Amino acid sequence: MSALGRVVRAGVRRKRVQTAVIGLATMMAVTASVLGGSLLVVSSAPFDEAFTAQRGAHVAARFAAPPRAGAVAGVTDSAGPFPFGTAVPDSRGLERAPLALVGRADPGGPVDEVAVLSGRWAAAVDEVVLSADVPFAERLLDQEIRLVDRPGAFTVVGLARSVSRTADAWVLPAALPAPTGYQVLYRLAEPDRVDDAVAAIRGVGEVVGAQSWLVVKEEAVRETAVYVPFLVAFGLLGLVMSVLIVGNVVAGAVSAGTRRIGVLKALGFTPAQVVRAHVAQALVPAAVGTAVGVLAGNLLAVPVLAETTEVYGTGALGVDPVVDLLVVVGVLGVVALTAWAGAARAGRLRTVEALAVGRTPRPRRGRTATRVAARLPVPVPVALGLARPFARPVRALGLVAAVVFGTTAVTFAVGLGTSLGAVQTAREPDATDVVIGVRAPEGDPIPTGATAALRPDTDRAAVTAAIDAQAGTAGYYGIARRRAAVAGMSGSVVALAFSGDTSRSNYQLISGTWFRGAGEAVVPTTFLTATATSIGDTVTLEDGGRSVRLKIVGEVFDTRNDGKQVLVDAASLPGLRPTMYHISVREGTDLPAYLAGLSAALRPLGVEPREGRDGGFSDMLALIAGLTALLTLLLVAVAGLGVLNTVLLDTRERVRDLGVHKAVGMTPGQTTALVVASVAVTGVVGGVLGVPAGVALHSAVLPLMAEGAGTALPASAHAAYHPVGLVLFALGGLVIAVLGALPPAGWAARTRTATALRAE
Amino acid sequence: MTTPVIELRDVSRRYDGGPPALKDASLTVAPGEAVAVLGPSGSGKSTLLNLIAGLDRPDSGTVTVAGTRVDRLGEAAAARYRRDSVGMVFQFFNLLDDLTVADNVALPALLAGRSRAEARRRGAELLGALGVERHADAYPGRLSGGERQRVAVARALVNRPALLLADEPTGALDSAAGEEVGKLLTELNADGQTIVLVTHDLDLARSCTGRTIRIADGRVAEDGR
Ligand SMILES: Nc1ncnc2c1ncn2[C@@H]1O[C@H](COP(=O)(O)OP(=O)(O)OP(=O)(O)O)[C@@H](O)[C@H]1O
Ligand SMILES: [Mg+2]
Repeated sequence: MSALGRVVRAGVRRKRVQTAVIGLATMMAVTASVLGGSLLVVSSAPFDEAFTAQRGAHVAARFAAPPRAGAVAGVTDSAGPFPFGTAVPDSRGLERAPLALVGRADPGGPVDEVAVLSGRWAAAVDEVVLSADVPFAERLLDQEIRLVDRPGAFTVVGLARSVSRTADAWVLPAALPAPTGYQVLYRLAEPDRVDDAVAAIRGVGEVVGAQSWLVVKEEAVRETAVYVPFLVAFGLLGLVMSVLIVGNVVAGAVSAGTRRIGVLKALGFTPAQVVRAHVAQALVPAAVGTAVGVLAGNLLAVPVLAETTEVYGTGALGVDPVVDLLVVVGVLGVVALTAWAGAARAGRLRTVEALAVGRTPRPRRGRTATRVAARLPVPVPVALGLARPFARPVRALGLVAAVVFGTTAVTFAVGLGTSLGAVQTAREPDATDVVIGVRAPEGDPIPTGATAALRPDTDRAAVTAAIDAQAGTAGYYGIARRRAAVAGMSGSVVALAFSGDTSRSNYQLISGTWFRGAGEAVVPTTFLTATATSIGDTVTLEDGGRSVRLKIVGEVFDTRNDGKQVLVDAASLPGLRPTMYHISVREGTDLPAYLAGLSAALRPLGVEPREGRDGGFSDMLALIAGLTALLTLLLVAVAGLGVLNTVLLDTRERVRDLGVHKAVGMTPGQTTALVVASVAVTGVVGGVLGVPAGVALHSAVLPLMAEGAGTALPASAHAAYHPVGLVLFALGGLVIAVLGALPPAGWAARTRTATALRAE
Repeated sequence: MTTPVIELRDVSRRYDGGPPALKDASLTVAPGEAVAVLGPSGSGKSTLLNLIAGLDRPDSGTVTVAGTRVDRLGEAAAARYRRDSVGMVFQFFNLLDDLTVADNVALPALLAGRSRAEARRRGAELLGALGVERHADAYPGRLSGGERQRVAVARALVNRPALLLADEPTGALDSAAGEEVGKLLTELNADGQTIVLVTHDLDLARSCTGRTIRIADGRVAEDGR
């Protein structure tokens, strides 16, 4: 083996801890970067990717009768005709909203491949596959549901998702013997020219409705847009921090090797050889760490991406190989570059100077600090440790940077977690303990058509009496819905008329107040934007010949129905009867027992209460929460490793001094105290700087998220931090520093004094 | 005969792999005695001193100092033992470069839990006695070798140890400075300080100790009173 190879091998073997730290830091940095990079990729064009992967339908046309066969101009592919119908579920667990039902023999095909998320496709006429977007669909897997107006029960055999959103539920074509229409799905040569295509499609049959993929896309993008800035911020944080820490670790390792470089040069190595030796010495563990990190990153990304794919309904996605490649090249490049820069500097030093490093006393910095610290009312070892950072300011700065990043990551992650939780709560403002769906009165509910089939009206007074009588009821409110037009706004809005006690609902005001009676309205941000109104203005609601003037008194966070909603007191729209009751139970109430009791009381009325919350967090939020936790953990670990590395270098360098301390009677405990105290200042400073940085990052990202969602965020989302929490995060900086310093401190305390004194 | 301050019985120590650095060494030192340990390089002198100082532990045998079984002490107890009972002086001074002379001297007293004022007072007293008080606020890097070694002696004595151990205290000094240190040790011994001095320098050994122990290949080869 060449002399150079020998030196590299010896260096890797001798500096075992250093080598391990480089390897570990690289590994975690690479894992974090692969995850972060994947997030960036996934967040950039999830809909487009899913749409391409599933050959989404650019136009979903509904015909009154099967269209004539034949080519349509601009269409590259088509699927169908599939029989189409609507059905209103008539069973517990499903909201009583009409479902678009499509008869398809299988989920595949040239257009709109439906992704079966769980279960299987329908194989018999009494089986149905629900779209995962249907509220509460998950609970119904393997259960029977009944459809109003259709004989017999259907078993839910699968959950599926169509990226083109072509149906709420699928059955076999044979299950729809008398369809109300036929669906044909088209892919276009020029996806932007939907209107031209629809015109051409009209030539083959009577089109009663056509859904453009652009509308679907807009909706899908808006749903996920909330999360994109978060993913970007966290991905970037992971990348930047990884690079900095790895650079820090490698630079430290090289600077600690300066004397060795002097020795090598004294032996006749050329500066170029010395540099190569040191770059190789850093690259060997870094390469191992990178390999393991790529593996870990890809494995960890599997569940994460699986969750994402489920949200978007694509087929299985892996980590984009480009991400792997960029991370590997990037991280190894950073390692090589920092090692090269440090070694080149050391290689340029004159040999005698390099040899003298660590022998002759450097110009002494930090003596003032030592003197000041000596006056502090703390034990000597602590005072000595506290002064330490001032002796090596550059090294101390590197340490501060590591702690700042760790603290920033924790602060940001926790803040976002809180905000997302708040947003999630606010997104489902009616998620109360128990809800009761009451069939809608004639002509009332949102989509017309299917309602005529509903049985006669329910006695509202009897329902509320039953709720009132049920032990455990804390409060409840009813909502009546009505489509209405607003003067000066195209399309219709949904008027929600509230009766009862809404104080326990999750409606979050962004500004203004809740309505206090007839004539006042609360509206979502989108409504204000669409109508160019603001709080204090008056709008006119046109509802079947009736015209109601409403004064806008509040802005509410409500993303449902694209924000085309007007929330009013029931007194503003007299004559409407609630279709939903939302009940909050008293704290400590046994919910299943409450449900059973209420169910028994309501059965004679033909209505059924059900649990109102959909099992907590949404998939996407669970994904984000998991990712946040994972990335935070990685970032904190990397920060701790950075600290460990720096402290290790420091104690190694000062091994003789520590030996002297011990020779004159410093106990292991006092030695540990000294080393730990040497990072205390740094830890506190890092924590104190990192917390505002995290808060700033949070307040920078939050508005972007809101913008993506097209709404302002409720105060609950902004108020993510509690002062006590902030203090704790700042102390977290100290904890990171202390945890990183403990291993080297233990090492310093354990080293045999005689050995330490022998060390050069 | 008075009870010995130091008593080594059949002490052996070998560093991993190598031949024993010390083999079945036994010796006793009485209070107030000054003993010189002589021997060729690598013979085990420093090893012996380290064992007495509780800086290292023997593989077998017992080390008793002032009634304490030093070979049985844990790390923390050994540290406490060192600061209370042992003062050490090294060939290369081993002063801490970023502490002033006064702080270097006061350090063992502070580690032992003495108050700052008390530690400083005792330090100043010793620096005065050793003739280096004018350097109290200087840093060790500015002092000459002889001055540094005086400071080291002051630091070794600050906690009034029963034992002063010196490992080649003149090894890094020119002959004039070396002689001064020798004189200093003689004076200290005259005041009743027990001293164990490791040296290559026969003249130094003769001038300031009354007894010479020769070590060869890890064994006590000669113990001449
Ligand atoms: N920490 C150690 N690890 C391994 N071997 C050691 C260690 N300390 C001493 N030795 C070995 O033990 C033997 C005795 O060493 P010691 O330092 O006691 O000799 P010495 O008599 O003090 O020599 P010198 O006069 O050169 O200082 C030597 O062979 C030395 O190499
Ligand atoms: Mg020696």
